[in-house]
Amino acid sequence: MLGYAKTKYRYSAILLRELVVTDFKLRYQNSVLGYLWSLLRPLFLFVILYVVFVNFLKVGNNVPHWPVGLLLGIVLWNFFIEVSNTGIRAVVERGDVIRKINFPKYVIILASSVSALINLLINLVVIAIFMAINHVPLMATLLLSPFLILELFIFSLGIACLLSALYVKLRDIAYIWEILAQGLFYASAVIYPVTLVLDRSPRVAEALLFNPVAQIIQDTRYAAVSHSMPTLYSISGSVMVASIPVFIAVILFACGAWYFKRQSPYFAEEV
Amino acid sequence: MNKTKEASEVALSVKGVSKDFILPHEKKSSIKSAIVGAFRSHDRSVDVQHALSGIDFEVKKGEFFGVLGRNGSGKSTLLKIMAEIYQPTEGTVSHRGKLVPFIELGVGFNPELTGRENVYLNGALLGFSRKEIDARYDEIVEFAELENFMEQKMKNYSSGMQVRLAFSVATRAEADILLIDEVLAVGDASFQRKCYDYFKSLKKQKKTIIFVSHDMSAVREFCDRAVLIDKSKVVASGATETIANKYTQLFLDSIKEEDGSDSNNRWGDGRALYSDISLAKPLITEKDKALQFDVTFEAKRDLESIIAGSSLTTATGYEYCGTNTDHQNLVIKDIKKGEKVTLKWSYPNIFSNGRHYVNLSLHGHSGADVADWWTDAMHFDVRKKEQSPFVVTPDIDIKLERQKSR
Repeated sequence: MLGYAKTKYRYSAILLRELVVTDFKLRYQNSVLGYLWSLLRPLFLFVILYVVFVNFLKVGNNVPHWPVGLLLGIVLWNFFIEVSNTGIRAVVERGDVIRKINFPKYVIILASSVSALINLLINLVVIAIFMAINHVPLMATLLLSPFLILELFIFSLGIACLLSALYVKLRDIAYIWEILAQGLFYASAVIYPVTLVLDRSPRVAEALLFNPVAQIIQDTRYAAVSHSMPTLYSISGSVMVASIPVFIAVILFACGAWYFKRQSPYFAEEV
Repeated sequence: MNKTKEASEVALSVKGVSKDFILPHEKKSSIKSAIVGAFRSHDRSVDVQHALSGIDFEVKKGEFFGVLGRNGSGKSTLLKIMAEIYQPTEGTVSHRGKLVPFIELGVGFNPELTGRENVYLNGALLGFSRKEIDARYDEIVEFAELENFMEQKMKNYSSGMQVRLAFSVATRAEADILLIDEVLAVGDASFQRKCYDYFKSLKKQKKTIIFVSHDMSAVREFCDRAVLIDKSKVVASGATETIANKYTQLFLDSIKEEDGSDSNNRWGDGRALYSDISLAKPLITEKDKALQFDVTFEAKRDLESIIAGSSLTTATGYEYCGTNTDHQNLVIKDIKKGEKVTLKWSYPNIFSNGRHYVNLSLHGHSGADVADWWTDAMHFDVRKKEQSPFVVTPDIDIKLERQKSR
């Protein structure tokens, strides 16, 4: 029985590695700058948002190191959206293989998520350089950020599992998600500091941070950039309340994984 | 004790497997139809297609096992269930050892990747780690004869090159049980040969092989045992020879069912017409010496002369033998109106298996003035033990003489 489990995960591991490697090879094929684009894209988006919101609309002027916080938010948000957007179509796109051979289907979603994770880690290096240039002080809480990234990874993976399994049955999901993601972007405090909301209503700020993406972005800003960034804990003052978004993330992951596992034996017929 | 040993010899067992496909009249892949469908759930009409029902069989370790069936019989669905690609609606499939399905060669091949990269990707799908491929890589390339192309993108490969590379990877798969679909052996004749040579080598290695096919001759050549599937059910199982004969019979029966009367198979000016045709025996076996049939035609007016002929055609439409009264120096002259002429035909039994058609003709000396031209006037079936790829199988004699070298 143990041997069986071993060979089972051995196959998944082999497949995962090969799919991630393939994804990397294919991603920026035939482009001159190649992999640099995964750094340039968020940087250019950052420049645009910086000019519009910070220079022009004067958002976040009173927040220390806001530009770094802004870039961090963009990078984390991009990771989330990359996992969900590539994940949603991943199963259907691999339909040809699914119909020909049996393999653990979760590897498909895991592979696209791991690709995005590697991408994120490279982007974080850029942020580190950016932080050094901006003289952001090195804080002990920085050590918390890997856990926050893990939470983001789990949450994104759960969403991707759920969406991709639904997408096999219902193609409208892609469009629905597009709209939802657009709304979630503004609800995740990516382009504005939470202080902006907090000044008007602490209740709304709290509700905003129940969203795991917002909570993760804000907590990472707190942990890595500046302790003056408000977090759900600092607003509510309660550990119980502060852990609600973490629960949401874990529950969503569990639901997504459960639904995916339940549906995956029928992918070959439905895809 | 004895029982456990017996059980361990079973490599794959299929128990009571049924598979239904639910085919909604309109596929619910958009929200609107899903919502509309939900409201009409009571009278929603769905077609349930029973692809398989109550399939039972066991494959022993080291056996070359055939699954034979016509197109649409459900054998491909069964293959996918055995490969665990589809879930059975009822029943179970269990196997011992590593099972590798070959439903298609080169699964996962990506045209944008190089040959080398595709070998690793395809290999991973077959369960090979990087290291394992590294160890076999040179062998794979050599066998595929693609030494100079491995760093090129697959989109620049010819289809033949792709198949060669895919096959080369596939032959390295170290499986205990192989599921092989007939479509593997597509491509040119030399590739088919290579495939069949590979099957033979597998047979020698005593691997368990399950071969799904509608090609009786391939099943006959390789398989020890087989099951015959028709209309979603196992019709027969046992020794290959028995199964192959049943399959032929099934095929002939189905043609009988489809038989209808054609109206476009007869033409001519009608100055004389065949009125009575009768076949002595509709089924010819090796025991019969000849095919015999009587035909009678009636002159509709006074005729100076007429030539009567007949020919035989295979089911594929190949006219392979025939003659007429003129060629046989039989003269039919001065026929009065209303006179009936009967011809007793006899063809030697040189027929190969399958269905054959008899064509009849009545015409003048020029050949153009046709009185009655009747294609497929009758048909007969041939069922012989000997399988031959040739159109005719006359008795052929070989005498062997050897002379020792001095």
